Amino acid sequence: MREFIYRSATVTVALFGLASFQADALDIRVAAASNISRPMKSIAAQFESNTSHKVLLSFGSTGMHYAQIRNGAPFDLFFAADEERPERLEAEGVAVPSTRITYAIGHLVLWSPEKDRVDSEGRILVQSSFEWLAIANPKHAPYGRAAREALESLEIWDVIQRQIVRGENVAQAYQFVATGNAEIGLIAYSQIRRANAETAGSWWRVPQSMYTPIRQQAVLLKDRPAARDFLRFTSRNEAKKILRDFGYEVPTERDAGGK
Amino acid sequence: MLAENDLSALGTTLRLAFVTTLILLLLGTPLAWWLARTRNRCKVVVDAVVSLPLVLPPTVIGFYLLLALGPRGPIGGLMERLGGQSLAFTFAGLVIGSVVYSLPFVVQPLQDAFTSVGRRPFEEAATLRAGPLDRFFTIAVPLARHGYLTAMVLGFAHTIGEFGVVLMIGGNIPGETHVLSIAIYDHVEALEYGRAHLLSGLLIVLSFLMLLPVYALNRRYRMGRVS
Repeated sequence: MREFIYRSATVTVALFGLASFQADALDIRVAAASNISRPMKSIAAQFESNTSHKVLLSFGSTGMHYAQIRNGAPFDLFFAADEERPERLEAEGVAVPSTRITYAIGHLVLWSPEKDRVDSEGRILVQSSFEWLAIANPKHAPYGRAAREALESLEIWDVIQRQIVRGENVAQAYQFVATGNAEIGLIAYSQIRRANAETAGSWWRVPQSMYTPIRQQAVLLKDRPAARDFLRFTSRNEAKKILRDFGYEVPTERDAGGK
Repeated sequence: MLAENDLSALGTTLRLAFVTTLILLLLGTPLAWWLARTRNRCKVVVDAVVSLPLVLPPTVIGFYLLLALGPRGPIGGLMERLGGQSLAFTFAGLVIGSVVYSLPFVVQPLQDAFTSVGRRPFEEAATLRAGPLDRFFTIAVPLARHGYLTAMVLGFAHTIGEFGVVLMIGGNIPGETHVLSIAIYDHVEALEYGRAHLLSGLLIVLSFLMLLPVYALNRRYRMGRVS
């Protein structure tokens, strides 16, 4: 009996060793902002079909990912929802220097799942004919900050304070509207955009002049060839096409910044 | 020391915990009483349902509440037909969520206390012609006072510690649904670690101070019974 236990223990240890070795050789661990979850999954799938690597995606809020990475979270790559957090990681020496790129530029829309609820010029906001407007938290979520700037440039930020509900991130703001708890929401265009189908409901694309462009940046955290390959892959044409299909603007070479 | 919106979050949190505990004591007393005394076969099912919030992720409760409170959900739909306001993103909505979330923390100590009181004191009181309500208030409640203290403190403290449910149905409205746990999360997200430390430290001290008397009293109680 004892021998059996020893033997199975040895086998188990060996298997674990093998598994962790494989993970080391093949897996690329990616922390990505929740707003890009859909395009990121397709990009990762395409990358995986071209190579022998596996991409492990962890979606979450950029602020929480930043805190986790600062405290040693084992990610190879970070796809943030803004430029601030990757910049900081680079300045703090946590990220690999000069690997930071802008991989996508997001757009803000005012959306309702109901047809004809949102007019083509967003007048519903100024008329404030709604009970709740959902936005992402402007304190830390990039799309929330953009929503605040847009409402400020419409000069209604102070007036409609009592009608604003804040999601922790733009995914939650979307969820408040999609479940009907809030009638309208200022969210990411990529959330309502369907690659091969008509977008449901009614929406108004907030003019870019009303808010600072939402430049989403990525940065390399561990200098491993596979991770570098994946980062490079996200600025290749196949990946750019996926991002565009999901409603992101893709930076031209010049915007992409340090490479 | 605390910023204005942190103070308001503290106030909202305490108010939420207070209202929730009060409602839970009112609802939990008859429920725990029934569970402690019944021989009905359904008891095991009710026991399991009451304990569900102990094991379910708060996100499950929050997710279904969000759907239920929405205009297409049963509670939200009912509210709308009655001409009332929707409950999502309101203090009342949070109270509903917290009552569900903290239910076992109030019902279980009460149930244990009622069970340990046993049947005999009631049978004796009944022979002295005490009515059922009289028996309940003059015998059950005083004998179960330790259970009540534990239930109150655990219900209150557990509601203060609530995060997932509020995150899902709260909407983060200052003075309404912006509670301490959410404020801490926001500070961490916004890289304001100093303010996050302040609130987190405060919560640790508060929670410890609430739990300490319960355990101290329970110890005295148990030792008293032994001697």
